[in-house]
Amino acid sequence: MGFKNVPMSVAKPSVNKESLFSPELRAEIDKWIAKYPQEWRQSAVMAALMLVQEENGGYLTTDLMDKVAAYLDMAPIAVYEVASFYSMYELKPVGKHKICVCTNVSCMINGSDQIVEYLEKKLGAKLGQSSADGRYTLKEVECLGACGGAPMFQIGNKYYENLTPELIDSILAGLE
Amino acid sequence: MANEVCFRNMDQDRPWLLEQYRSRGGYEVLTRILREKTPPESIINEVKASGLRGRGGAGFPTGLKWSFIARNAPGQKYVVCNSDEGEPGTFKDRDVLRYNPHQLIEGMVIAGYAIGATRGYNYIRGEFWEPYERFEAALEEARAAGFLGRDLMGSGFDFELHSHLGAGAYICGEETALLESIEGKKGQPRYKPPFPAHFGLYGQPTIINNTESLASIPVIMEKGGQWFKELGVENSGGSKLFSISGNIKNPGVFEIPLGTPFAELLEMAGGMKNGSKIKAVIPGGSSAPIIPGEQMMQLTMDYDAIAKAGSMLGSGAVIVLDDRNCMVKVLERMSYFYYEESCGQCTPCREGTGWLYRVVHRIETGHGRPEDLALLDDMTTKIAGRTICALGDAAAMPVQGMLKHFREEFEYHITHKRCLVS
Repeated sequence: MGFKNVPMSVAKPSVNKESLFSPELRAEIDKWIAKYPQEWRQSAVMAALMLVQEENGGYLTTDLMDKVAAYLDMAPIAVYEVASFYSMYELKPVGKHKICVCTNVSCMINGSDQIVEYLEKKLGAKLGQSSADGRYTLKEVECLGACGGAPMFQIGNKYYENLTPELIDSILAGLE
Repeated sequence: MANEVCFRNMDQDRPWLLEQYRSRGGYEVLTRILREKTPPESIINEVKASGLRGRGGAGFPTGLKWSFIARNAPGQKYVVCNSDEGEPGTFKDRDVLRYNPHQLIEGMVIAGYAIGATRGYNYIRGEFWEPYERFEAALEEARAAGFLGRDLMGSGFDFELHSHLGAGAYICGEETALLESIEGKKGQPRYKPPFPAHFGLYGQPTIINNTESLASIPVIMEKGGQWFKELGVENSGGSKLFSISGNIKNPGVFEIPLGTPFAELLEMAGGMKNGSKIKAVIPGGSSAPIIPGEQMMQLTMDYDAIAKAGSMLGSGAVIVLDDRNCMVKVLERMSYFYYEESCGQCTPCREGTGWLYRVVHRIETGHGRPEDLALLDDMTTKIAGRTICALGDAAAMPVQGMLKHFREEFEYHITHKRCLVS
């Protein structure tokens, strides 16, 4: 049995790639493309989706995923597969600040249930929901690899550890 | 004797900077290897002699893994670092990336030289933004100083290294899922064989090692495999990073020699929080079967001792639980994790992890049935060993461990519809 490993090809690579994204965004995506072998543009799909998601206020649409597919010469379905597989991509609108609370064992035995309860009450939103003003989305996540600072959550690119209700108040008050 | 290898620079003020790393002899081993054109075989032999075993969790001998590559075969080869740290309880590679990124870079270049690879990728989990930025800054410094790029120090050896960011998927810590992920796909593990040494990234010969393993290489090459081996004990060479968390006073990452008594590690971490009593320990990440506290207090932290006790050292993630914890609730949370993270490729795991979670959940919520424990026992044997990768085993093992040591708590839940503990 032979093994083959080639990028999932598309019938016709898209032309007019310039029209798909702003020059700034293209420059960012191109930096990632340059890291991989020339014929493996699709290796940049994870980074491209993340960049596009960020520019779109934190979530992806089918139209944006199609553009990523065209930009990287991928079949749209291959991009949808990636976007729906990894937990950091959002396929529905999210609040301005996504609060990702770890509830895995080390956090749980250090009180993450109370942290979730406090946040749900404060924001008026359950896990998986957004606050009425659209400012926050509350999300339960799996171990973020910061168990030494349990309980913890992530907002944007930042980890916040050893959480208490008072600390949560000051963190949220300090957000834009 | 602590902080000899990956944490040897932890006393420095800003140890992640090139200048600080070099002040302690950083990149000198690489320079010597390139200048003397050290035979690659002798590097692989040194790593073999060190007894270094994969620090990501599987514990496979690193030197042996490297020797599987046909280094003289034509074509591109790759070195891939697995920084997709996600095994619940593990948070050591985050610190290697944040505090000692140059030692990892140096280790990866040496690995590339040893196996004849000229390109490397470091797969960093997407949530690790701060560690990623530290690593990127270190890459830039290393490039500018001539430790990465073309014709390194006039040796004719090229090595280029990049980061790849994940996006939230535990399964990408499995080495072939990780390769799929770099290739821009869903992270679903591949059938093995062929192993990555023959058919890895982009179908080319590849070695994949954990962050801590690769960051150990420069020290092994500097002080010798024998020196490293003697830090530890039989079958467990070297020192290792332990991430210790749970109901303890000072959780954190500690580098200690393998073979150190668990009791000493617990003491380093300040002992139990609020004077509570130790109930149980998960010794190697949430996939490792739980061990009762009393038994754990008698064990040493090395591969053989923990295996003999029916568990595994895994990634060295130690979760300490005190006697206020309900084991049904703990297992419910762990089972939910595997259910959530199963990639969905193999039926026993995709369906089985959901079954495990739902049955433990109904026991936890007072709806357990008398036959449920036998059902759980049976299910674990129908998942473990029947899947492409080890996630199925990882889901089954904690269930087996809990039912072995804390069965009466589960029975109590089923009979009394409430918790024995709280």
